[in-house]
Amino acid sequence: MSQLSFLRLGDHTWSVADLTRYLRQMLEGDYRLQDVWVTGEVSNLSRPASGHIYFTIKDAEASLKCVMWKTDALRHPGLPREGEALEVHGHIGLYEIAGQYQLYADRMRPAGEGQLFQAFLRLKAQLESEGLFRPDRKRPLPDWPQRIGIVTSPAAAALRDVVHVLRRRFPLAEVVLAPTAVQGDEAPQGIVSALASLNRHVRPDVILLVRGGGSLEDLAAFNDETVARAVAASEAPVVSGVGHETDFTIVDFVADLRAPTPSAAAEIATPDRFELTEAIAGLRRRQGRALGQALMEARGDIAALRSTLRTLSPRAVVANARQRLDDLHGRGLRAMRARLRLRREATAGLRQTLRAVGPEAVLARGYAIVRLADSGAVVKSTRQAKSGDRLEIRVHDGSFPATTGEK
Amino acid sequence: MAKARPKDPDDLTYEQAFGELQEVVTRLESGDLDLEESMSLFERGQVLANRCTMLLEQAELRLRQLVPDEGAGYVEEDLEFDE
Repeated sequence: MSQLSFLRLGDHTWSVADLTRYLRQMLEGDYRLQDVWVTGEVSNLSRPASGHIYFTIKDAEASLKCVMWKTDALRHPGLPREGEALEVHGHIGLYEIAGQYQLYADRMRPAGEGQLFQAFLRLKAQLESEGLFRPDRKRPLPDWPQRIGIVTSPAAAALRDVVHVLRRRFPLAEVVLAPTAVQGDEAPQGIVSALASLNRHVRPDVILLVRGGGSLEDLAAFNDETVARAVAASEAPVVSGVGHETDFTIVDFVADLRAPTPSAAAEIATPDRFELTEAIAGLRRRQGRALGQALMEARGDIAALRSTLRTLSPRAVVANARQRLDDLHGRGLRAMRARLRLRREATAGLRQTLRAVGPEAVLARGYAIVRLADSGAVVKSTRQAKSGDRLEIRVHDGSFPATTGEK
Repeated sequence: MAKARPKDPDDLTYEQAFGELQEVVTRLESGDLDLEESMSLFERGQVLANRCTMLLEQAELRLRQLVPDEGAGYVEEDLEFDE
């Protein structure tokens, strides 16, 4: 009976292969099993030369075989590690030879990262809705920050990078480090108080909040709400320089300016020494030109004034007077000459008349003029000449002496 | 218009010296100055530009760090830092 009933139970006897194939089809036909995330701790990790990865993930109650083919494994350098808590994605299948169902993994990440990412997105949405990312909240950076605050770990490579850039570009600055952990449980509180102490005690012109790259978990402090709010509340503008270029954190969104790396944060916040040298040279040229212009105008003014002055100077007045005098003198001379000529002409006429009526003409007719030689008086009467008086007799062509005879 | 007596350039920070240099040049370029003013402004500008250049060439980054202090909360301390 028992044997019969046993026989009757199955009207079909499976081959192992058939049953296994059937199970495989069942598993692979369930869409819920074809796209799963499973979390657990890694054990029995094996990396054969093929490049595929075999491991088990387990929790306190169960375990699950996993395999990741080489092509997917290459995209996850450093993962997984023995004992590490992981989140693994893939589909459930069945390895028929071993009769083993397993997870064919195509992605994996450290456990908690998914939650972190969800939390990241929630916080980002929250702060964004509060307007903390608005462009008009972003403050301009000073052209020349005299005091630069740095918030980072004193041991970090990020600090070395920042100091290197600042020394090269803008050694005029004074740099104050507010040291704090940037990773781990104490990092958020440390960063918040570093920002506060800088703002209170140093009053920097700009604050660089920097750290090197890392996993989402490493950067947790930069996705922390209290840190984000402290950055938003900072009196000094904040430049974030967190991680490598592909990493974005909440702090990057809140900061006044986001730089892709710590070095880039230092560069963005400072002018370049070479540009400053150029600026000075430019001002020197401009002031040289301005003075040259002023000198040229002054010379022009002087020339204009000098010519005005020339016309107004006493010398010019004298010269004028002299010229007028010359004029007058010339005119006077001409007038006088004209008058003289007239007079001369009149005189010549008179002289002729005179000559015609004068003694010369009479003498020429034979008359003589007798004068007393001593007095020169003309003898007009016999009474004038006594015996023996010397006389001068003038005839028309000359004179000769004579003496009065005995009367 | 009379300005306060110009500061000794040696007392000026880079930013002050550069700022005054910019003012000087702007005033010089405005052209409404007499020649004597222009000349003395120009000389002042030269002094300021020299100061800027000197500061830039001689500057060494000053590094400090904030250290917790019982009395004042925090004090600044020099930070030794070799690259």
